[in-house]
Amino acid sequence: MNQHAENGQALSESWHVALKGMVRHYDGPPAVQALGPIDLTIRRGEFFSVVGPSGCGKSTLLDVLCGLVRPTGGSVRFESKELRGQVPDGIGVVFQEDASMPWLSVRQNVAFGLRTSSLSKKQVAERVDHAVSFMGLAQFADHYPAQLSGGMRQRVCIARTLVLRPRLILLDEPFGALDQQTRLLMGDELLRLWRETGATVLLITHALDEAAMLSDRVGVMSARPGRFIDLVATGWPRDRDSRIVSDPEFGTVTARLWSSLREESLKTMGRAA
Amino acid sequence: MSGLALEDAQSRRTSRRRIRAFDAAVMTLLMLALWQAIGSWTRGVAVSPPLQTLLYLFDLLRTWMFWDQAAATLAAFLAAFALSALIGLGLGLLFGVRRFTGEVAEPILAGFYTIPKVTLYPVVLLIFGLGMSAKVAFGVMHGLVPMTLFTLGAVRGLPPVLIRTAKVLRLSPGRTMLWVLVPACLPDIVNGLRISFSLSLLGVLIGEMFSSQRGLGFLLVSGMAQHNVPLSTAVVTVIVIVSIAANALMLRLRGLTAHRTTGPARDAPRAEPSGRQP
Amino acid sequence: MTRRHAVLLVRIAVLAGLVATLEICCRIGIIDPLTVIPPSDMVASMIDRIGSGELNESIVNTFSTVGLAFMLAVGCGTLAGALVHRWSRLRDVADPLLASYYSVPTFIFYPLLVALLGLGKAPLAVLGVLSAAPAVMIGTLSGLDGVSPVLLKMARVHRLSPARTLCWIVLPAALPRLFSGFKLALSYALIGVIAGEFILSGTGLGYAISYAYQSFDNRAMYGLMLFVLLVAVIANGLLYVWEGRLARRRSTG
Repeated sequence: MNQHAENGQALSESWHVALKGMVRHYDGPPAVQALGPIDLTIRRGEFFSVVGPSGCGKSTLLDVLCGLVRPTGGSVRFESKELRGQVPDGIGVVFQEDASMPWLSVRQNVAFGLRTSSLSKKQVAERVDHAVSFMGLAQFADHYPAQLSGGMRQRVCIARTLVLRPRLILLDEPFGALDQQTRLLMGDELLRLWRETGATVLLITHALDEAAMLSDRVGVMSARPGRFIDLVATGWPRDRDSRIVSDPEFGTVTARLWSSLREESLKTMGRAA
Repeated sequence: MSGLALEDAQSRRTSRRRIRAFDAAVMTLLMLALWQAIGSWTRGVAVSPPLQTLLYLFDLLRTWMFWDQAAATLAAFLAAFALSALIGLGLGLLFGVRRFTGEVAEPILAGFYTIPKVTLYPVVLLIFGLGMSAKVAFGVMHGLVPMTLFTLGAVRGLPPVLIRTAKVLRLSPGRTMLWVLVPACLPDIVNGLRISFSLSLLGVLIGEMFSSQRGLGFLLVSGMAQHNVPLSTAVVTVIVIVSIAANALMLRLRGLTAHRTTGPARDAPRAEPSGRQP
Repeated sequence: MTRRHAVLLVRIAVLAGLVATLEICCRIGIIDPLTVIPPSDMVASMIDRIGSGELNESIVNTFSTVGLAFMLAVGCGTLAGALVHRWSRLRDVADPLLASYYSVPTFIFYPLLVALLGLGKAPLAVLGVLSAAPAVMIGTLSGLDGVSPVLLKMARVHRLSPARTLCWIVLPAALPRLFSGFKLALSYALIGVIAGEFILSGTGLGYAISYAYQSFDNRAMYGLMLFVLLVAVIANGLLYVWEGRLARRRSTG
């Protein structure tokens, strides 16, 4: 079962990310359990979404997956290497908050990721130009983030992740602050990105329709401590876009997601009130 | 389980408060120790040590001379502060409401704030002569502009939706100012008063230090001239204590007004306007 | 942009008008020449004095002291600010101190400083530092607070070393507020030093003004005054413009 990826690394399985019995607690007394236990494998090149009630630990899951925090128990493996609080090579992250740097232009922002790389100036410029035009920002390449809308700033963050040619892309509610229509269009962009780069994508979102529309599989998380209570396979073709909402299956998927999620959401609401 | 969590949070807060109190006590002791060190190291030539100063202060507070001087400073200061506050408030409201005038005036005011006003003191003396009016003028020179700028900023920062609400409720300009503008801007206005307070005091004291026959500033300088170090140190101590106390009081005041006023995100003022029936 | 121009024009007109009114009042005699001299005379006096070179020593003295105080304030202030920011326990102690620091008229310590350090540059420099350093510290704290946590997360995702995180992320993000602190520090240092020279000193521009006043040399006094005020306004103005330029690129409008 040996497969060789583009970069020549030998893989023993076709899974890309695997969590086994992963548990994560918040620091400091008392140690509240935020997540887990979680058992999950994500296949290489899969588009996987995570939905769940607020506060269930979705963002913590992302922190664990990219190596920003160590799990308190269990293991997290990315490309057969165990993650232990270190961010490995090959992962790109797009955060929920605007992480564009206001003192750099769009082009400089996008090039930021390559500052520590050993690429030549010419290669950097090539990659930056490609990412900038891929995300539709060519017109604004010399503008500053303050002059752009929220959606465009997120596109800058995505472009910045792109130039690194990540093999795994993690997104934490990247379109949360945008209006519905912009979100649908950004969803299309994300699909386009996914197809072109062939990366594995993990999207965290609170929008069920977004998850249902974009993903190969959707994981439904319970209220805190978050565990996966349902895994829904959508079976969409690879070259899909937002018009899939008109597919009758779309309604079924969304309905199933909600039926699994509704009770957990009520639990969370009750807790908050 | 939530009960336990609540208890934990409370115990964390009390322990934090205890740590903070402890640290504050340690800090105070360190500062007193430093004061003592400087005092004894210079053999009382520049600063007299804390205990000696305290004893001297107790005696000083019983002399009529001290209170006479303090009263002179107080009178000048109150006049300067009152003028700065009232004129500053008025100008600030005017400049805040009339946008164009405000934009013209603000850099001029800001510029005035940054210049060494002490260089203008001779002019003040030439115009007002020696005496209290010069001190008051100097105090106003220091305290007026910050009050204006703070009020101006407060009015400018008012969410426009509040004014729209006032218009929809058909409030007269006077009522809009009194029932909406001032309450909404109150925390920033109190902040301006706080800054204006210290600066008016500074102005009056500097005026006294340079040329006056009465006042705490004069007492300070004459103490140095007579090499009466405990006197100077005692006067400085009094001024420091009064300043910090007044500042703390005003911060408290600001805190009180701040949570009665709504934040920038809220839509309608929670103050009386809509509740009062004609 | 026309509104900005309109505002600028009106402002210049207002200032010009005030100066013109003063000039006329002095010339006519409404204002006693023994009190205030006409602005044109002030300018002439200033130019004379600078041209003759008699001010050179004072200028060098004052500005070198201000410069020294400013550098020390910036150095100590940023360092102290960074340290306090790092350790929250230290910060809990420092915050109330900083909040009430400027309520105390720092100037009252000047006679004590003179008694401690003698007449000369030292007490002036110390006074300048005492006036300016807390502003830098406050600016540093504010700037470091303002570094968005998501940028720090991003730095870790990009696996930047701590040094690089500091230079590439923290400093640029904190710069606007840091700079505001520096701007305040310069004006406080200038004010402190000149006030000190004015009240109690043997050299410097502040002393020169005070001396001219006490010698009843109005012309000299006003010329010097004008010079000091112009320098203050121009220095602060330049920093203000620079600050505006920093902020404009990054402001969310």
